Amino acid sequence: MPPLTRPPGSSFDGSRAWTLHPQVSLRPESFGALAYHFGTRRLSFLKSRTLLAVVESLAEHPTGHDACRAVGVSHDEMARYELALTTLAESGMICEREAS
Amino acid sequence: MTLTDAPRTPTAAGVGRLVDRFEQGLDAPICLTWELTYACNLACVHCLSSSGRRDPHELSTDECKAVIDEFERMQIFYVNIGGGEPTIRSDFWELVEYATEHHVGVKFSTNGSRITDRVATRLAASDYVDVQISLDGATAAVNDAVRGAGSYDVAVTAMGRLARAGFVGFKLSLVVTRQNIDQLDEVRSLADRYGAQLRLTRLRPSGRGADVWDELHPTAGQQRQLYEWLLAHGEDVLTGDSFFHLAGYGESLPGLNLCGAGRVVCLVDPVGDVYACPFAIHEQFLAGNVRSPGGFTEVWRHSDLFTELRRPQSAGACGSCGHYDSCRGGCMAAKFFTGLPLDGPDPECVLGHGEQALAGRGASLPPKPSLDHSRRTDRTPVPVAVAMLPAHRASVETPARRPDRACDESPLTGSGHGG
Repeated sequence: MPPLTRPPGSSFDGSRAWTLHPQVSLRPESFGALAYHFGTRRLSFLKSRTLLAVVESLAEHPTGHDACRAVGVSHDEMARYELALTTLAESGMICEREAS
Repeated sequence: MTLTDAPRTPTAAGVGRLVDRFEQGLDAPICLTWELTYACNLACVHCLSSSGRRDPHELSTDECKAVIDEFERMQIFYVNIGGGEPTIRSDFWELVEYATEHHVGVKFSTNGSRITDRVATRLAASDYVDVQISLDGATAAVNDAVRGAGSYDVAVTAMGRLARAGFVGFKLSLVVTRQNIDQLDEVRSLADRYGAQLRLTRLRPSGRGADVWDELHPTAGQQRQLYEWLLAHGEDVLTGDSFFHLAGYGESLPGLNLCGAGRVVCLVDPVGDVYACPFAIHEQFLAGNVRSPGGFTEVWRHSDLFTELRRPQSAGACGSCGHYDSCRGGCMAAKFFTGLPLDGPDPECVLGHGEQALAGRGASLPPKPSLDHSRRTDRTPVPVAVAMLPAHRASVETPARRPDRACDESPLTGSGHGG
């Protein structure tokens, strides 16, 4: 197993294109979801169903902000979601993808 | 409040609420321990599962695969495989491969006796398999007194093979005892030397551990010492949420700090019996069997025992204590197997309430494990057992019966990284 290193530039920029990391599985639960990264063996808790919807749909939208808006995150709520997505980016659960 | 949480980095506001949700149970466990066999080539004095002999009713290869299929359907991300010594099963590698092919990651505990260079190379190449080597002391004298003569060398040899094969970050797992607690820095150095991550777990009075608990469990002063050591090392050292009873000292240790039994954690034993946690192999904590209709899913979601455990629990005698919110009454199994009421203090309550409760038990004997797979030849006190102990430990009176199992499994651990 290779050493676990934090990917460079892992803070979340909502104007860029994002996706769930290919080694991450999501399991919906009543409170939101569990996210497990098979590469780092880290578990995270997504504490809202809306956040789960955002994460699941990141790959389908041109930017992170678009994904948030598409599942109904309001302008006022955006900062909270950006914070959550930053946490997920820092732990490698989500990663940037080539803009399509 | 935040919208995400890594269990090892709780944010005060967030996790409090999440813990409440966890106590009501999840659709599938976060951390599942699966003891694949009761067979073991060692005979550790504190074996949680009283292992030694293979059970004739062990799940077959096909039954194990059907269980893995269920885990996949339930999206159980990974299982902690233990035993006994799980690698003794002739189909062990086949099952590991089957699990990872079906998106169920594996972390297995082993005494290292079957980690050849070839196996180490194979393991190093897999992202989906993690290994945990059990060792209970930084020196052969301290380790072998518990795990048997020669077991230290076997474990260290296995670590060397894993390191040479390039496996970075495998786990070195140690059950903290009165005898090894002063060696924690040395154990940490040993882990560092082999590129391993140290994992410490709590000695439970479960299985054969009940027979040695009085002699091996840390003293009150040592518990404080352990707490300080864990705080100083933070997330670099894994604990599997093992020591949440220490939260009564003040600051919570990394982890969820709750008893996950039947709520986010459970144990599947070699014959398919499902228990509330790895430390509670007793009929009182038996929820069902994976061979029954509906399989594991039915047991997890609908068994009477697990349903009951997910209801609000009484704080009992601990209700008036100002620390209940942090320690939550401690470990259910530790209370049960020391004969204490489940709604009272943990036997190792940091405020000393456990000691008082233990003293007040009277003459009644604590419950014994329902199962014992210790090797029959170990049943009668034999000199060889005593010979395993260094002179200063010769007063330990149990080694008459002892096997091993790859030692502790963590309730929540798994939930951190690798746990």
